[in-house]
This record gives sequence, C-alpha cells and structure tokens, in this order.
Amino acid sequence: MYVYDEYDQTIVDQRVAQFRDQTDRFLAGKLTEGEFLPLRLQNGLYMQRLAPMLRIAVPYGLLNSTQLRKLAEITRVFDKGYAHISTRQNVQLNWPRLEEVPDILAQLATVQMHAIQTSGNCIRNTTTDQYAGVATDELEDPRPYCEIIRQWSTLHPEFAFLPRKFKIAVCGSRQDRAAIHAHDIGVELVANASGVVGCKILAGGGLGRTPVIGSVICDWLEKKHLLTYLEAILRVYNQNGRRDNKYKARIKILVKAMGVDAFREAVEQEWDQLRDGPTTLTDEEIERARSFFTEPAYRELDADSVKERLDAASASDPIFGNWVRRNTVDHRVAGYRIVNLSLKATGYAPGDITDEQLELVADLADEYSFGEIRSTHQQNLVLADVQADDLYALWQRLQKAGLATPNHGYLTDMICCPGGDYCSLANAKSIPVAEAIQCRFNDLDYLYDLGPIELNISGCMNACGHHHIGHIGILGVDKKGEEFYQVCLGGSQSKDASIGKILGPSFSQQDMPDVIDKILATYLDLRTEEELFLDTYRRVGIEPFKERVYVKAD
Amino acid sequence: MSRLIKQGRIIEDNWQAPDADASVTGSHQILDLEQWLALEDKAGRAVMLEPGQAPAPLFDHLGDIPLVAVNFPVFTDGRGFSYGRELRERGFSGELRACGHFIRDQMTYLHRCGFDAFQMAEESGLEEAVASLADFSEHYQAAIDQPLPLFRRRH
Ligand code: SF4
Repeated sequence: MYVYDEYDQTIVDQRVAQFRDQTDRFLAGKLTEGEFLPLRLQNGLYMQRLAPMLRIAVPYGLLNSTQLRKLAEITRVFDKGYAHISTRQNVQLNWPRLEEVPDILAQLATVQMHAIQTSGNCIRNTTTDQYAGVATDELEDPRPYCEIIRQWSTLHPEFAFLPRKFKIAVCGSRQDRAAIHAHDIGVELVANASGVVGCKILAGGGLGRTPVIGSVICDWLEKKHLLTYLEAILRVYNQNGRRDNKYKARIKILVKAMGVDAFREAVEQEWDQLRDGPTTLTDEEIERARSFFTEPAYRELDADSVKERLDAASASDPIFGNWVRRNTVDHRVAGYRIVNLSLKATGYAPGDITDEQLELVADLADEYSFGEIRSTHQQNLVLADVQADDLYALWQRLQKAGLATPNHGYLTDMICCPGGDYCSLANAKSIPVAEAIQCRFNDLDYLYDLGPIELNISGCMNACGHHHIGHIGILGVDKKGEEFYQVCLGGSQSKDASIGKILGPSFSQQDMPDVIDKILATYLDLRTEEELFLDTYRRVGIEPFKERVYVKAD
Repeated sequence: MSRLIKQGRIIEDNWQAPDADASVTGSHQILDLEQWLALEDKAGRAVMLEPGQAPAPLFDHLGDIPLVAVNFPVFTDGRGFSYGRELRERGFSGELRACGHFIRDQMTYLHRCGFDAFQMAEESGLEEAVASLADFSEHYQAAIDQPLPLFRRRH
C-alpha cells in the first residue's frame, strides 16, 4: 500500500491548515455562503438535510488497519458511532459539526488520510477493482497507476473549477470490476499486438440524467504518456465543456456534441503540446509506484491439502460452507482466498458500519490479511489475502459481529445511496426501499436460486446508487411532491456495459417489494437452465416484464 | 488608481480597464479581444480575454504583448486557468493578470497556472489575500511556477 513521504504529508497538512482558515473565515462572515460552497465541497463537505456530511477519501478503496481504527475513533468522538461506505469506495460521516471538520481532517492527516476532492467540480477519487493485485484474471495491478493519477490530480491547479465533477476509474483485469465504461475517463490496462501492456483510454461515460457508455478515445497508449494524455483530455473539457446548464456539463455531453472523432482530434491537438514534456512518466516513477504494491509475505501452501481441509470444514458446518461459497472468491495464490464482508445485513442501511465493527475488521485484518482492507463500490469491505485455513476462525468472529451475511453478489447485496434520509438533493428515500426489499427476499434458498443479481437504488437523478447500470435499477422520483420510484431493467457495469431501460410508470414505495417480486417471477418463468437474470432479459426483452408488472388486477 | 497584487506585492495599477467605447489609442488602455484583433499594429498593446475566448489568436503575437488580462466574471468558471497556462507554455513572458471575481483561495492555483498579477473586484482584502499565495510550499504536478512534477524532484 502507498506510504506517504514528507512531501505527501506536507501537502496534506497544508491542505488541513488552508481548510481550517477557510472555515474560520466562513464562520466569521468573511467568506460568503457562495464562496465557501466550492471550497468546502473540494474538501468533501456537504450541507445536508439534517447536518453536514463529510466524505473522506479512500484512494482506490485501500485502507490499513491503523486508518480503520482512526475512522472508528472519529465516528465515536465527532459523529454518532457509525460510518457509511459510498459507491466511490469512500467513507462518509453523516453527523459531523462544521466547526469540528478541520479537527477531523487534522486527525485523518495523522494516518495519511484526507478528504481532498471527494466532491466538487474537480477530479474525484480514482477508483479501481476491489480485487486488484489478487484477482485471478488480472493482466497487471492497476493500483500503481491509480496512485500516479491520484498524485497528479490532487490539488491540480488547472482543473479545480471544471464545468462539473470528473471521475476516473482504472481496471487491469479481464472482467471489469471498476465500471470503467460509466466514468468520465476509463483507463484499461491492455496488451498491444506485441504483448506490451499499455493503456486503453475511454472518455465520456457517465450516469446521471443522461447515462452514456464511454467511447474509446485511444486504443493503446504507452504508459509513460498516461498523465500528459489525461491532461490533454481535461484541458479540452475544461475549455469546451458546457457551463450554462449543470445537466449538460459532464464530459459525456461534450463528447456527444463534438462527435467522438472530433473530440479525439481536439485531444490529440492539445496532446501535441504536452506530449514528451516533463509530466511524461519516467520508468523510475512507474517502478516507484509499483514498489508500494508488491506481494505480501504469502506462505507457500499446498493447494490440494488446503482444499481438502476447507471442504471438510464446509461439510461439517454447512452454514460456514455456504458462506465460503457465497462470500469468498478465488485468489491468485494457492491456499488463499479473497473474503467479502457484507455490509448488507437486513435491517441496516446498506454500506453502514459501526465503530465497533470498524475496530473488529481492523483486528481481523491484522490477524488474517496483512493489515489491509479494501472498500468496494458495492459498499462492502474486503479482506483480500486470507489463508483458507483461517477462514473458519475468521467467519466465526464475523458472524458474531453481523458481518457474515452470505449474500455477496445476490439480490439483497444491493447498492443504495443515502437518499432522502440524509441527502438534500434527494427526490425520495432509498434506504427504506432497500430494507423493504431485503425483508421480503430474505429466504436464502430463493436468493441463490435467482443467481447473482445486481439491484441498485438512487434517490435522485444524480445516480449515486448507479441505478442505470444495475440489472434492476430503482430511481426515486418526485411526483407532485410525493415520493415515487421508477424501475429500469437490463443495466450492466461489466465490459459488456449497458444502460437499463425504463420499465414504465413509477410506483409508490409500498408497492416496490411486489414489483420486484413480479420482475423476479417473470425471470424465473422464462429463464433457461444456464441463464442469469441479465441473459434472460437480453434474450426476451422488456415486454414480458412489463406485461407482468402492469397487468390490471381483476 | 486601483491597486493590485503583482509578484507578491501590492502596487498601483497604471493600466485602464477595457471599455468598448474607449479610444483604442491610449498606450495604457487594455483592449478587449475584438478591439485588439482589429489593430494593425499590435506591438505594446494589452488585451483582455473573457471566458470562452481561448487564447489561440494571441499565440503569434506573444512577444509583442506586454499584458494579457484574463477576466473571471464568476469565480467558479475555471476556463481562465487553462488560458493562463497555455499562454505561458507557449512562451508568453509579459504580465498575466487575473481580473474580476476570483477569490483569494484560488490565487495559489492561478499563480501555478502562470498568473503573476491579481486584480480583485474587491480591493479591501488585498493585504490578506497576498498570504494565500503561500498556502502550499509543495506540489505534485508540473505547472508554470514549478516546471518539474514532484516525481522528477523527489529524493
Ligand atoms: S443519488 Fe441523489 S439522493 Fe442519492 S445520494 Fe446521490 S444526490 Fe443524494
């Protein structure tokens, strides 16, 4: 994991001091509300419905146990004893006090954390695969490039007042777990014809009001050019992106308006100026970044005997066996498994975690997973390097803490934004809808029979809950002051990315479990043996679902 | 005469703000882009860019221009940051002045993008604003004030 040196620490400390001064000036009436707004947003601070919300950056979802303990302490001292994992792998506090935010930031800085650019019209936290470095299908670890991008984008002087927010994701594996098609820029590590790994660059993807799948701007770029190329894209966007209408300000609208070819040409033209300049990455810098993400001290294990023992343990305790099957994933190294900790227990807001759970996970990470933890855009946590022989002990402790719900990847492992309970932009609440669906579909056998399904809920058009790319998406809408929910089907965030289609007129909150029930029943009726939800949907289209859901009751 | 911050000090301004009706002959008159484009002899003449007026037309005359002013009618419109940097990257060495409604918290970024003069809509806070230029002593990126990115300087 990346470790700050004195330069990184200086920059973060100076940002804390700068923000403290900005907060003081605001509280003293020397900065207007309007002036303070972008300044606090660039430090992750929102003014929400009930209290401010502070979004803390977790660069590409990587945390160590010390940081987790600090977060636990912060939620206890400054907040109500719990935190929320966001869909950008960040951590959110729902109840901090404005006057105390500089102190929270100072605390974070002591463990190499910050809230820089977690909001605002600037380059946001770069996200990636939660299984980076341990996935079996990985071409190259994307995290060194995320860190390189993090440093380049942090307090970038030219791109702090963009037309709109700007999100970058990097993926280095065959399966895309970073949703690179749904980002302003997606970077994919790919090999060219001669086997050299470089970067494929996508631009203009995004969710929100007008969901768009990103377009390929460059098929293959030498790694050393990554930053100058990104800079060229940002420069074209900063100068030409629309600023007259916030809903048309994202880069996806610019790419559409110009056309991909003209956009690419404009980028190449800017790039001519920047190419081979000082921002060109050196081999040493790439090596330095990579040196932080080397293998931990794995033990050499005999895969067969480990498997035998795990199978035996699974057989003697089927509940454990089921959890292993559902919530753990193959690891690149023999004898190890990747463990998903579900933050989707029924009755708790998806993605919420208490201070005690945070501390427990920190302890477990130290004991079982080299002290590292990952946060995921599905709002869960991951212990990435667990020896299969330790799984039983780990599971017992997770279970006691409510962190072993065996629903990873299934319907109730839904993505859900904070919605109307917290967020001042919301049209409707999202947490109660999630909860009602979790309560209705809490029969595990039924869930497993349905197979993996991604259900995503957003409380408004801003789509923080990624509803467009859920297999089933739910969007809160406002109908004459009342909260309604629109459903879309067929979205996907994988490499075959697609945007969900709207099913039809929206529903009231209480109808939602029934609506989901009918959608699932339609799938179960129509599926062939091997089909997952998305396959069936793609084969039969939206009509059968529509008919079933909107059939008039007689 | 109005005051402004130049190279970290507060000084009196000896330039006139652009005025569509002003005579364009005064030697210390800043011209708007249209007036400036219409000039036959551009030597020694200053020009102001508004958001949406990319600096490309200036590129062939950079050696002749003593002052480019970039106006920020609202501080959230960040196009001017790119304009400044592009002008410097192409070798402009005259005064690069930010004008209008930018706020002091942006000055360190503006300075990094090549601006060396700051004319604020509100002159009362100039003394305090100067301090903002020192908000950061270290930076990751290459920019005009520090042409090497941190990764080429780390030791
Ligand atoms: S999707 Fe809307 S309601 Fe939900 S968190 Fe984002 S802005 Fe708030």
